[in-house]
Amino acid sequence: MSEERFILSGIKFGVLPPYEISRMARVTVTRPELYESDGTPVMGGPRDPHFGAIEPGEACPVCGNRRDNCPGHFGKIDLARPVLIPYYSDHVNAVLQATCRSCSRILLPDEQVKRMLRVLRTLKARWPQLASNFIREIRKQAAQNSVCPHCGARQYRIRYIRPVVFYEERPEGEVRLTPIEIRDRLEKVRNEDAELLGLDPEASRPEWMVATVLPVPPLAVRPPITLETGLKSEDDLTHALVEIIRQNERLKHYLATSAPETMVEDSWIALQHMIAAYIDNELPNVFVLQHRGGRPLKTLAQRLKGKEGRLRGNLSGKRVNYSARTVISPDPEISINEVGVPIEIAMILTYPLRVTPENIEEARKYVLNGPYKWPGATYVIKARTRTKIDLRYHRNHKQLAESLEVGDIVERHLLDGDIVLFNRQPSLHRMSILAHRVRVMKGKTFRLNPLVCPPYNADFDGDEMNLHVPRIEEAVAEAEEILLVEKNIKTPRYGGPIIGGRQDYISGAYLMTVKTRLLTEEEVLELLSKAGYKGDLPEPAILHPKPLWTGKQIVSLFLPEDFSYEGRAKINAGPLACDNYDCFNDSYIVIRNGKLLEGVFDKNAIGAEQPNNVLHIIALEYGDAKARELLDTLYRSFIRMLEVRGLTLSLSDVDIPQRARDEIAKLTEEAKKEIAQMIKEFHEGKLEPIPGRTMEESLEIKIINRLQELFRKSQEVAVNYMDPFNDVFIMARTGARGSETNIAQMVAMLGQQVVRGKRIHRGFRKRTLAHFVENDLSPEAKGFVKGNFRYGLRPTEVFFHAAAGREGLVDTAVKTSQSGYMQRRLINALNDLVVLHDGTVRDAYGNLIQIKYGEDGVDPMKTYHGDPIDVDRLIEKYSHVR
Amino acid sequence: MPSRARRRVSKKILEHELVPKHEVLSFEEAVEVLRRLGIPPNRLPAISVNDPIVQLLGAKPGDIIRIIRKSPTAGEAEYYRIVVAF
Repeated sequence: MSEERFILSGIKFGVLPPYEISRMARVTVTRPELYESDGTPVMGGPRDPHFGAIEPGEACPVCGNRRDNCPGHFGKIDLARPVLIPYYSDHVNAVLQATCRSCSRILLPDEQVKRMLRVLRTLKARWPQLASNFIREIRKQAAQNSVCPHCGARQYRIRYIRPVVFYEERPEGEVRLTPIEIRDRLEKVRNEDAELLGLDPEASRPEWMVATVLPVPPLAVRPPITLETGLKSEDDLTHALVEIIRQNERLKHYLATSAPETMVEDSWIALQHMIAAYIDNELPNVFVLQHRGGRPLKTLAQRLKGKEGRLRGNLSGKRVNYSARTVISPDPEISINEVGVPIEIAMILTYPLRVTPENIEEARKYVLNGPYKWPGATYVIKARTRTKIDLRYHRNHKQLAESLEVGDIVERHLLDGDIVLFNRQPSLHRMSILAHRVRVMKGKTFRLNPLVCPPYNADFDGDEMNLHVPRIEEAVAEAEEILLVEKNIKTPRYGGPIIGGRQDYISGAYLMTVKTRLLTEEEVLELLSKAGYKGDLPEPAILHPKPLWTGKQIVSLFLPEDFSYEGRAKINAGPLACDNYDCFNDSYIVIRNGKLLEGVFDKNAIGAEQPNNVLHIIALEYGDAKARELLDTLYRSFIRMLEVRGLTLSLSDVDIPQRARDEIAKLTEEAKKEIAQMIKEFHEGKLEPIPGRTMEESLEIKIINRLQELFRKSQEVAVNYMDPFNDVFIMARTGARGSETNIAQMVAMLGQQVVRGKRIHRGFRKRTLAHFVENDLSPEAKGFVKGNFRYGLRPTEVFFHAAAGREGLVDTAVKTSQSGYMQRRLINALNDLVVLHDGTVRDAYGNLIQIKYGEDGVDPMKTYHGDPIDVDRLIEKYSHVR
Repeated sequence: MPSRARRRVSKKILEHELVPKHEVLSFEEAVEVLRRLGIPPNRLPAISVNDPIVQLLGAKPGDIIRIIRKSPTAGEAEYYRIVVAF
């Protein structure tokens, strides 16, 4: 199997020489017709049977094989005149520029050639990258020489027009170099000179880059398709070849009949362009080969290029089996490690179960159930006969189950507990593919614990996700050990948890841990049973008249016993700010020995992507498994808390008293007055300009600043008048959803609308809308919206708001495409960099990239937001007298 | 080969805050560094002799240059680059 001589040591690419093309050709194509009138292929045409058997049952006239075994055979077109090949012609240009027009020696003196050759050869062995720089240098130096140091001939400038045209600027004028002349010069180039110019003359003699014979690929490369009507439709490549053959024959005819030179010339150029287009139909300065309908033909380059091309579409990316895709929907009741799989999908995806003495009875059960009853099996592979039995068409499942032997393979349905890979596009980081345990369920969607949304950036507004089944033990083990959800709670991007609460989890945690929350025994039991808590109830915080527990007590039941933590809650801001545990606002979290003593749980305690929060510290110090346990138990009770209490909003939640509205109106009046004053000063030329700005710019900036100040003040007023236990306000404060800005937009005003950082100014001549007079600089005329969502907007305000909103949409569209491309480039550049055991970063060749990974050798995933140790925590931990 | 006319490089670039400290290693130091990293010299990142800082230091192809950069993670980080002819 693995004999030494079959091991590849390398692949060398070169130019296919003309004699090689002729040698491998089985047909010389001279006729452009495809079929004779009787429907048989034309011999010597592009459909000649010698191109290989492609019809079922057809025997190949060359190798005698049938379709499946015939490798296909090349043909050739003997070109009446040589032509240049695009892409090669850049190299042709380099050689022409650097060699003598009469003797074809490199335009450098002999001793220099000798020395450079020696340097180049050492360079190639040790510094391939530098060798190419050196070659560029040689080419440049040689091209500068205007007199040949060998034969003394004067050199002329050569002008190269991509992709296939060369001009020489001779004293008598500019002359087009024909491919014949070019080929003559290239033929005379010495091997050593070619090497200096960066060619490998063994593999790629320069003259081979000018084609005298064109290879015609086998039919298997350009298969004709038969339409239902019985009509044959040829591949685009065949169409392109037909054109080339026709043109080539025409040129041959002109030459044979000594046609006028101009006709020969034109015909030759046409052939040249067709061949260029045959190679790449999107070249500049070359016409485009078209279908009858005007559609450009897909020629060779088009097959390979781009996202759907051979390389990106079929080689680096393939369609796969054992995968499924459907809509995702949330299920907070399953573990974060699980994924709910529809039973229909579980009966199609299979895992190859190797039959052993231990599991043979289990395997029999699956076979007995058959392909349509879960948990069953779809195939059995008998080890002894090496046959695959499709259970859909097998009559006697009972007998088959009985005949199972150790060593057979049963393709059994997906079962609960199987490991699968789950993925959501775009796969921007490694957490875009995680391993989950299967949980087969009713319904037609994949079920996902909403806590795992952040790594996938998933939501449930119609998102679809992909699922893959690893089918060998190694893959399963790897998935389980490395990719399992719980092992990716911490992100390697920055030290922080990527999995964690969002939205309702945060509101729920807050509502559970607020000081005012007192729970009856019944409520406590409800919450704890949802969390799957098995232990005893703690002593109630209040004993009389009836026992009551605090929400903080519930949370404490789930924290590790020796866990201590101090930190600010998200609500610790503005009027609720506190620096230490002496906090009347309950916004400073204090956990001592697993007891939540003070502070509320909100985004800063349990949220996703919040470094150094409670969840993160637990994952770091107590392990991922403990963090997962918390996410699967405590977090579930947060949701239940929310369900019990309810979280909703009504119009009254976004309403503030008349007093507050008057206050805002007053602020607005003040601002408008000030701005009117500014505009007046501006018109009188008395406005103080901002340094470096024109008057107009200064006015704009001042107005925008003033209006932003107005919005800020209005927001303050609005927020101050709101009920702190208003559900909208809770969501904003705890970081569950929305912000104080959003609230201000609902209850106070939308404020100045901005497009491209400026007040809205375009639309009609000298005004934004017909509702205003020309040159009106006042806030209302240029996009200031004093209305709010609660009381509604005026028609002009709706328009301004829509304009600003549209800018946001355009930005996201542009940003995603641009950052996507940047991501792709970065991935391709950094793809094979690796951190070795000595801590160095190397590329695939072993080149040193960095002496120590990240310069400090630290894995961010194992850090406190980048800090390998948290000194304060350590001091806290070891200095405490307990 | 005809070396290109040495451009005159102002010593001022050394004082610029964005230019890290560069120094040419002695032969013994260079050997020590390569042994420590366990790599042949051609695996090191390269720097052109035509690079202004190399010209200022007067380093020749084959010399190894130590660069001490400020690092946001490690305070200071050492880098080594080998001078090459192009």
